[in-house]
Amino acid sequence: MSDLSLFIIAAILIPAVGAAFVASSGSKPNVREAYTLVTAALLFVVVFLLVPSVMQGARPATEGFDILPGLTVRFVIEPLGMIFAMIASTLWIVNSIYSVGYMRGNNEKNQTIFYTCFAIAIASTMGIAFAGNLFTLFLFYEVLTLSTYPLVTHKGNDDAKAGGRMYLGILLTTSVVFLLPAVIGTYYVAGTGDFTAGGIIPADESPFLISALSVLFIYGIGKAAVMPVHRWLPAAMVAPTPVSALLHAVAVVKAGVFSVVKIIVYVFGIDLFSGSGSTDWVVYAAGFTVLVASIIALGQDNLKRRLAYSTVSQLSYVVLAAAMATPLAIIGAAMHITAHAFGKITLFFAAGSIYTAAHKTEISQLNGIGKRMPFTMAAFTIGALSMIGVPPTAGFLGKWYILSAAMEIQDWFVLFVIFVSTLLNTGYFVPIIYRAFFKTEDVAPSHEHGEAPWPVVLALSLTALGTLSLFLFPEVPLTLAKALVG
Amino acid sequence: MPLLAGDVEGMDMEGLNELAFVLGGVNHWITVFLIMAGLYIIVSRSNMIKKLVGLSIFQTSVYLLYVSPGKIIGGTAPIIIEGAEDQLYSNPLPHVLILTAIVVGVATLALGLALVVRVNEAYGSIEEDEVYSDGDWN
Amino acid sequence: MLIDQFPAIVVAAPLVVAALCAIIRRETACWLLALVVAFLSFVGSATMLGQIQEYGEPLSYKMGGWAPPAGIELRVDLLSGYLLVLVSLIASAVLIYGRHSVRSEIKKGLRGLYYAMYLLCMCGLLGIVITGDAFNAFVFMEISSLSMYTLIALGKDRRALAASYQYLIMGTIGATMYVIGVGLLFTITGTLNLVDMADRLGPIMDTPAAIAGMAFVVVGLSLKIALFPLHLWLPNAYAFAPSAVTAFLAATATKVSIYLLMRFIYSVFGFGFAIEQTLIPEVIMVLSLVAIFAGSFSAIFQENVKRMLAYSSVAQIGYITLGIALANATGLTGSLVHIFNHAVMKGALFMLVGGIALQIGTVRLSDMAGVGKVMPLTMFGFVLGGFSMLGVPGTVGFVSKWYLAIGALENGWWWVVALLMLSSLLVLAYMGRVIEVAFFRERPEGAAALKEAPKSMVMTAWVFILACIYLGFDTSFTVGVAEQAVDVLMGGAQ
Repeated sequence: MSDLSLFIIAAILIPAVGAAFVASSGSKPNVREAYTLVTAALLFVVVFLLVPSVMQGARPATEGFDILPGLTVRFVIEPLGMIFAMIASTLWIVNSIYSVGYMRGNNEKNQTIFYTCFAIAIASTMGIAFAGNLFTLFLFYEVLTLSTYPLVTHKGNDDAKAGGRMYLGILLTTSVVFLLPAVIGTYYVAGTGDFTAGGIIPADESPFLISALSVLFIYGIGKAAVMPVHRWLPAAMVAPTPVSALLHAVAVVKAGVFSVVKIIVYVFGIDLFSGSGSTDWVVYAAGFTVLVASIIALGQDNLKRRLAYSTVSQLSYVVLAAAMATPLAIIGAAMHITAHAFGKITLFFAAGSIYTAAHKTEISQLNGIGKRMPFTMAAFTIGALSMIGVPPTAGFLGKWYILSAAMEIQDWFVLFVIFVSTLLNTGYFVPIIYRAFFKTEDVAPSHEHGEAPWPVVLALSLTALGTLSLFLFPEVPLTLAKALVG
Repeated sequence: MPLLAGDVEGMDMEGLNELAFVLGGVNHWITVFLIMAGLYIIVSRSNMIKKLVGLSIFQTSVYLLYVSPGKIIGGTAPIIIEGAEDQLYSNPLPHVLILTAIVVGVATLALGLALVVRVNEAYGSIEEDEVYSDGDWN
Repeated sequence: MLIDQFPAIVVAAPLVVAALCAIIRRETACWLLALVVAFLSFVGSATMLGQIQEYGEPLSYKMGGWAPPAGIELRVDLLSGYLLVLVSLIASAVLIYGRHSVRSEIKKGLRGLYYAMYLLCMCGLLGIVITGDAFNAFVFMEISSLSMYTLIALGKDRRALAASYQYLIMGTIGATMYVIGVGLLFTITGTLNLVDMADRLGPIMDTPAAIAGMAFVVVGLSLKIALFPLHLWLPNAYAFAPSAVTAFLAATATKVSIYLLMRFIYSVFGFGFAIEQTLIPEVIMVLSLVAIFAGSFSAIFQENVKRMLAYSSVAQIGYITLGIALANATGLTGSLVHIFNHAVMKGALFMLVGGIALQIGTVRLSDMAGVGKVMPLTMFGFVLGGFSMLGVPGTVGFVSKWYLAIGALENGWWWVVALLMLSSLLVLAYMGRVIEVAFFRERPEGAAALKEAPKSMVMTAWVFILACIYLGFDTSFTVGVAEQAVDVLMGGAQ
């Protein structure tokens, strides 16, 4: 086991050390980008070396490091964390390739800070994924928030500042005012914060307390963006596209829903969560968010904002599934995290590609763009199909499991939500595809352009392929997701 | 001590006890008076020197507070004299403490006055209203 | 054994050297002497603390060979050892830090005297902590206060004079109130030795004289602590004192008074009386919470960054006194840990701001536009210090808050936990303001070229910033000692 625990430490340290290298090579952009890519590749290797043993049922763990008596920093890999780490480390490579093309293509300033903070954010993501107890999770959750703030405000103008305020304001407020009391309360009630299969909160606690804790956790994890704490996500759209990709696909929102699922499974325990009526409200809150966010997305003309609201709605799918807390639903949640990561990153890459090549940000400007940028728009289409949940894309799998779970317990509300939201998803994605491929350009663009720089196109093609192949070969995440519920 | 023994007929004992309370604690009353007077001056005056005077009066109350219980009427200085070891003497400790307190009081007053001189040089006034309203404290 | 003499040496050495400095008056020589003495005091204090931890016995030194309770006793137990280490550590660090800022802020002829005053102040603070005698504590309190008024008045701005005067009036009222209280207690017990006084007060604690004495002591010390609403002297004093003085004061002065208050409430008056039978915990709790919010709110609206940090100190003092009011072992541990933690983080922040003041010449927020780009090391340190103030996990601020929150939960006070968390947001608001101005605004056109503050300043500040993070992970020193010290406090009471 000791070898594996070394791997865990390595997975967290590699990006952190990489950040130091990147920071120290600011004057030589090529060296700096090389460091980023090498770090990303190393991390990928380390994470995937852990996969086989976790799939075979091992739960590698590190020694605990006591901060206070009873308060320990400790890492344990369980299946869900493994899935999350795999997503993040895979997409970081792709995102790095994309970043190189995008940042250079748009002549962004302060690229060194950008790559450094990015690597720190990945290190904290690994910390979240492998967290063995609530305190460790909270620790890295906060580091992730803080390390992504410079990324969100990267442009440094007033819009970026306002967006950054909203971002930091909501995420820190919710985590300090709700999540931290929930963590403290859990330690106080359960006497421990270790993630344990079956949960740690005693089943005989008063329903009021369980209810209160669930409220504090669900709204405290602002990164899961359950309404009304979703506002930071559209506000953070001021950031460069690779950052949006990081926020929406690789790390931030994934860390949010991951934490929600992990807390429901390992802190409350699915029996307690589904059995006690005191947590039923989560299903309704999430369902409400799914629908309302989709309706808002329908009305957005700015492409990135529409994608942002789509993310809000897709995240609540995961929360909805986790809140049903049946084994099938948890598998659905885990699969949906994976599918959404690949789908949404493709969509954002496409949006960034359009911005880089054509300098367009509004959907109404996209008439006929599919002819100029066939790869980009094809990838966009695949991503959109995955969001809607059409086979052969990964999005279908997650939705399938969530639907089966809802059928199984005959939860008509959930069925209704999924049905209506699928219609809405179709409603806000299909017109974009239609415009791009079947309408003709109404005004000639200000400059002739083809595809975006090759690293951008390469990256988005890779993630689009990933979205397809996840549907065809879902064994690894599926096995892990099944292991999650025993 | 017939006055306080309470067995003299026809006397208004209650009134006498009150009188004893008032007169017996006269040094404490003075202490309280000095505390209040000192604090009142500090609060009500705006002239910085007058405030320091108030502060000094306030500190003076302490001297009385400490010394009065230490003093025994008829007692002498606590010096051992051959053949008269059982001499009645006053407790020396409070007196010594107050010597220290007086030094502290003098030092405080001196420093305070020095500050007032400097304030006067810098602001051209020693009225608090003028000094503190001058300029933006923020 | 030599170590038996340490308590006397630790206090006497700065006193003697202060006199020496006043005679020598040469800047460099005085600085060196002060540094050596401060460092020796630190080594001495640390040795004593180690010794006490090892043997579990307090060190007692009989002044002039007179045995307590008649003679004056210098007494070092875990709690006072902890404070001694804190004060002497900060004093040494600020000396290293302050060399440059003293040169820029204090007139040439006065610098030797500055170091004399500094040592005197340090001697007073160490004395308050080390003495076991209530009146002796008053004398040391006045030594430290008088030298502190002088140090504050050395500030460049003329408002420093007014601030110093204001502090002198308030501080003297506080000290005199304290000494009145001690006088009343002395009258009914006939002793000034704290341990002896506690014994003799036990049976007569609920007499009017004892209660009046207690009230005077608590109110007088609260003034010294700057517990809301007795904090009015603090913001101006901190804002206009020379940078090095502010860093030293903010990290030590109020802490030492808090120590004395804890001693009186828990050891002298006793847990059973002061906590259980009086309204002291309730009153302190309400005032602490008001201090936390009022202080933080005021901080948000300050234009002067030093004054902003000063108001933040008012709020942070509220956290410390809140722990006293929680009156259980966990809360009190949080309080003691926060004494150390707050000293480290606020000391660091004031040091960094002092560096900025040295470079740009002011501490107004509007003048700091864009300094983040030209002084990245300083501002990055400021950001980390801000994280610590905010209580981000992995920093010292989190450790203190954790203990306070658990302490409140043990009393079943959920609402206190909620308020604690809410108050962190105010920290975000005022620290965030500075960070936004420093990083997102451009330097004004034609502003003079800027570079980082001198290395000695930035490095010292960074040592403290790194300590904020290190002590946030390795809490064995702070929490370890604090927990044992709490045993001393609570044990003496039950």
